[in-house]
Amino acid sequence: MLLKPGLRRIERRKLLRALVLIVPLFAFLLLNFALPIAAVLMRSIKDVELAAAMPRTAAAIQRWDDRDLPDAGIAAILVEDLIRARDQGTVSSVANRLNYDVNGFRTLLLSTARRVPLSDSGSALDQLIKIDARWGDRNYWAAIKHAAGPYTSFYLLAALDRRVSADGDIVLTPVDQRVFINIFFRTFWISLVVTTFCLILGYPVAYLLANVPPRVSNLLMILVLLPFWTSVLVRTTGWAVLLQREGTVNTMLRAMGAISEPMQLIYNRTGVYVAMTQVLLPFMILPLYGVMKGIAPTTMRAALSLGARPWVAFRRVYLPQSMPGISAGCLLVFILALGYYITPALVGGADDQMVSYFIAFYTNETLNWGMAAALAVILLTVTLVLYVLYNCLSSSAGPRWA
Amino acid sequence: MNTQQRIGTVLLGTLIALASIPRVDARDLTVVGWGGASTAGQEIVFYKPFTAKTGTKLIVDTWSGGIGILRTKVKGGNANWDVVQAEVDEVILGCEEGLFEKMDWSKLGGRDKFIDAAYNECGVGNLVFSQGLGYDGNRYADGPKSWADFWDAKKFPGKRGLRKTAKYTLEAAVQAQGIPREDVYKVLSTPAGVDQAFKKLDELKPNVIWWSSPSQVPGLLASGEVVMSMGTAGRLLGANQLDGKNFKFVWPASMYAVDFYVVLKGTPNKEQAMQLVSFMSQPETQKLLPNHFAIGVTNKDAIKGVDPEKAMSTPTYPDNMKNALALDAAFWVENGDQLSQRFNAWAAK
Repeated sequence: MLLKPGLRRIERRKLLRALVLIVPLFAFLLLNFALPIAAVLMRSIKDVELAAAMPRTAAAIQRWDDRDLPDAGIAAILVEDLIRARDQGTVSSVANRLNYDVNGFRTLLLSTARRVPLSDSGSALDQLIKIDARWGDRNYWAAIKHAAGPYTSFYLLAALDRRVSADGDIVLTPVDQRVFINIFFRTFWISLVVTTFCLILGYPVAYLLANVPPRVSNLLMILVLLPFWTSVLVRTTGWAVLLQREGTVNTMLRAMGAISEPMQLIYNRTGVYVAMTQVLLPFMILPLYGVMKGIAPTTMRAALSLGARPWVAFRRVYLPQSMPGISAGCLLVFILALGYYITPALVGGADDQMVSYFIAFYTNETLNWGMAAALAVILLTVTLVLYVLYNCLSSSAGPRWA
Repeated sequence: MNTQQRIGTVLLGTLIALASIPRVDARDLTVVGWGGASTAGQEIVFYKPFTAKTGTKLIVDTWSGGIGILRTKVKGGNANWDVVQAEVDEVILGCEEGLFEKMDWSKLGGRDKFIDAAYNECGVGNLVFSQGLGYDGNRYADGPKSWADFWDAKKFPGKRGLRKTAKYTLEAAVQAQGIPREDVYKVLSTPAGVDQAFKKLDELKPNVIWWSSPSQVPGLLASGEVVMSMGTAGRLLGANQLDGKNFKFVWPASMYAVDFYVVLKGTPNKEQAMQLVSFMSQPETQKLLPNHFAIGVTNKDAIKGVDPEKAMSTPTYPDNMKNALALDAAFWVENGDQLSQRFNAWAAK
């Protein structure tokens, strides 16, 4: 009778010790992975610039009922805040933030900041309008209200090609500014196509690797791993040499008489598919190989000896057993492909860029980190949703593998 | 979480861990350029003589632009760079954000010693580079002479290379309509002008190959991938010198911009950093730079002092500059977000 609680105590102590052992790893992941990423992603919904630099304006603009123009009191507070922000050198951060919403707001705010304080005569609003007629346009005031924070839907909506109008409705951005929905679809489409190509090309290679004698398979494995260890940049540039107009491929095809004019194989979608497939192929082959190595060759032989034709034996015996490898490989390639940007940048055209290109653009070039975070949030969310869907599908359809 | 991210996290974690180890000794003065031929030239003309003269040890690093990096370094504290070569729009944005130390222009010899475009509160313009129209002289005896010719696919059939950005491309599209260069930004400031520019781009779209790094251009021209291309004078004329090419650069179709030296805010090496910037701004130092790559300089006395033979292939040579367009950085700071997005939307169609 005393044995059971004793055993349980030991079990519990063991569990505790195991937990203590993973604490450092857990803390490391939390501090260096989860928290920084969460902090960056939070930028997609935070709106701090205006509230930090011009706090009284941010509070006062809430009084405005969105109709007509704000009253002179709000305008006067804006002017006071503007003077202080100018003296503290924080106007530009506000100006940049407002410029995201209404193009031209940057110069409006900076030039106004240079011309305040106002004279004592007349209302502050009228004087602002005299400085620049745009202060009489309610869209500019609406932008201030939208930016008052502390949270905003601005970046996430913009990443979905939408915005809040001055009337408070969610509307589509003007047609010539609509780009991101298109780019998200493009990103997923390119990833899907690349994954398919990788599977079609990688499956036979993995099969071969798993079924030839070890000496040959080791040699072949090196051929797979060598490019895997080579820099992506080098391989991408290599494709440029092969695929260009006077490149190896075109020259060979012309020498063989297959074509009379060089084909456009690079700086378009073809180039992106070819280069990305080659770069990502090892990520398909390796998991497939791992799984195929574990499939007993006897099962195929049994199927054949029981009278199945080769195709049927493959489809009903081998393919289901290799399914875990297919799932793992496809998932790995697909998710890696979603984040690609160097390869499309070098071998693609202007209409082949994927979401990461724009994330890098906003992070490095324009310092619009809110927008970069919003694009990242959406990419991450859609990817997770797809992952869950895929997991449900693959676990209900085939054998569980993960 | 994918493997790339995971590796990234581990690297990031390591970097953070390393960065948080307190430094005991002061860091050597670090200067950051753009790599390749330009850094090699700066090494000979600026860095080595500076160390020889002052005894200050220099660490040379390279980057490829992106003000996000500078913001992260300065705002994160413990920036490990001191003097950085930056593009003009980065200087404007960064200066307003307080990322750079203010320049003491009196110590540099005064504003009027330099060309106008070299002035900024937070930086000194140091070299002038041109983005323009280049082609292979072996292909055309009588080549394109303007952006209008660049757009003329009947007279010059074949693909053309353009930079995959709104900046420079829109300016070229406006000039291709025959609009004089002094009106380019006036036109681009109106919605109708922008519409017109995109319509002009529509015409050329099927014939364009977009490049993203200027180093791609000589290769594109040499391989016959494109018959002409937008490109920088430094790379194109540099290829003539290095690889014996016969590339031509159409100066009247060129647009020039200035690269600046800035000093990152809060550096412990401020004094030496300023000393280095001042050294690199002197006429007797600057005038040697064009000997090493086709680039213009900013000190008026240096411009006069450049070896005449080399000077002819620099953007600041009077004949070259006469009909060139000065890039309006303020315009791009203001409108870059919107125009880039429209450009991307246009390109995606």
